[in-house]
Amino acid sequence: MTLIILDPTDERVPVERHISRRNGAITGTIGLLDISKPRGNVLLDELERLLLERLPGVKVNRYRKPTFAKPCPDDLRGTIKSECSFLVEALAD
Amino acid sequence: MSEFNRGFSLPDLDGLPRRFPSGRPSLVCFVKEDCKTCNLVMPVLEAFHRTFGARADVLLVGQSAAGNATLKERHALTMPVLDDSDCRVSFAWDFEIVPAVFWTDGEGKIGTRFEGFVRSEWQALEQQIGAQLDPGFSGLNWLDYPDWRPGCGSKHLDPEVNERLRATASDSPIRARRIEIASADDDAEFMFDQGFSDGLPLVPPTPERVMRMLAGTRRGAQDIVAVVPPNMAPATVEKIAINAVMAGCRPDYLPVVIAAVEAVCTDEFNIHGVTATTMGASPVMVVNGPIRHRIGMNMKLSALGVGNRANATIGRAVRLVVRNIGGARPGGVDRSTMSSPLKFTMCFAEWEEGSPWSPLHVERGFQVEDSVVTVFAMTSGPVLIVDQESRGADQIAGSLGLGLEGAILSKIHRMPMDALLVVCPEHIRTLTSEGQYSKDRLRARIQQVTSRPLREMVANEISGAGIPRAIADKMTPEQLEAPAPKFASEANIHIVVAGSEAGKFSAAFHGWVTGPAGSMSVSRKIETS
Repeated sequence: MTLIILDPTDERVPVERHISRRNGAITGTIGLLDISKPRGNVLLDELERLLLERLPGVKVNRYRKPTFAKPCPDDLRGTIKSECSFLVEALAD
Repeated sequence: MSEFNRGFSLPDLDGLPRRFPSGRPSLVCFVKEDCKTCNLVMPVLEAFHRTFGARADVLLVGQSAAGNATLKERHALTMPVLDDSDCRVSFAWDFEIVPAVFWTDGEGKIGTRFEGFVRSEWQALEQQIGAQLDPGFSGLNWLDYPDWRPGCGSKHLDPEVNERLRATASDSPIRARRIEIASADDDAEFMFDQGFSDGLPLVPPTPERVMRMLAGTRRGAQDIVAVVPPNMAPATVEKIAINAVMAGCRPDYLPVVIAAVEAVCTDEFNIHGVTATTMGASPVMVVNGPIRHRIGMNMKLSALGVGNRANATIGRAVRLVVRNIGGARPGGVDRSTMSSPLKFTMCFAEWEEGSPWSPLHVERGFQVEDSVVTVFAMTSGPVLIVDQESRGADQIAGSLGLGLEGAILSKIHRMPMDALLVVCPEHIRTLTSEGQYSKDRLRARIQQVTSRPLREMVANEISGAGIPRAIADKMTPEQLEAPAPKFASEANIHIVVAGSEAGKFSAAFHGWVTGPAGSMSVSRKIETS
């Protein structure tokens, strides 16, 4: 005899995520998002230096989350989306 | 029950389907084989069938397949005997006692109905049918029948049958996806394989069990209690009840689980961050108020440990809600480096009656007669604080402070981090041995005895943690001598009373990042009837 149980989950079908299409060139503005963990800026400073050295045509914008402990606020997401073509999110630990 | 829902198709003893309504007038009688009154009326029903069967359907609906066969043989029945073993039709027809008799027209509209055996009712029915179908009908001999005999409770009202029927009825409060576990599968193994478990076995959340669980609250099954991160999924009362069943809760625990889920899913508590942090935080739940006694929570011997169903399963249910509804799993959003057994469960009640202070919930603005759950984001504990020697109030308060100094790392002070101190009854006796000793005085004493000059917190060859050497080099000698207590504020120190009356062992839970950037403790009132 079969047993019926009720689904304890949110019943969402997992969304399949695809990697963004690569266009072969990095141009425009690159955002660097510091999640505000200690020393995350050290990593991003070095990354910014390397990016500007190798890609002199690009512009780098720096952003910072108010706290690493919570998701990025919607306003900040919107700002990054409107100002950047690429984003690198960096943490520490 | 609407007329529409009374339609059915049931198999007779030959397995052939019989439909109702059939277009002909029908006499439908529900019976149980083990009911004496049902057996009493069998000859009457068989006589009705033989007399009126050419112009009406006389349908006997039995509530067990084996019982139906027995009835047919015992009473030499020729009328159709239909199988309602799962009682779905009985449930839809909404009666209480068998035999239950319904005389309907060809469209299924009921003209007459009664239950049990009152001779005058059966005689009147005979007259009604006779007048309608066969005016020359002479009637049965009723002299051998008693005036009255009670029937039996219908099988569809047996608790375990009724819960299943309510769970699957068209107006059932249950909306969750049904998962069928094949007979060849082990139900416990299946639930492990699906990832529903915290690592321990689960109680299968069958529709019947979930229906019983839902009876523990007056809230609607589809009420949304909270939105659970990280999936930001709505936690309905039904979904919480399913997880409460799996955790092993009793229905009367459900209001506590609901209040705790509501509390951890607030922006203040921030269960997303609490779950995600590599520090491995988890809610510690403290229950106050009358519900502690009503549901039998433990607040005395072994209060923070094993052996009490309410303590163990309420905490576990909240964790399963975060895991299953919120989608937070180790290796996914849960990135704990070490994690902690707190992530299985941690819920206990305050022993208010053993405390010289206002209970936690009253301190936080609730009435003493309210039942309240308070959640704290904690990373460690319970960590024991042992002092069997102190006899003075300030001495024991000092020891409680020193016991807290080790939180996270002893040289880290002025921490914006909560601690939950659980003071044992014997330490309470010492604290109050010289008179009143307020919570504020205890908090001040903890800060006093843990104050150390800042120079002791500078990074050195023993430990690189603390104030960086480069910053310390810019400080004056006076600044380095400034005393720094363990906690950034006395408000970080939360105090409750619990534990056995024997033993000088208090306990502490150490927090996470306290404040708007991390987590703040939250209290929620528990629904009580």
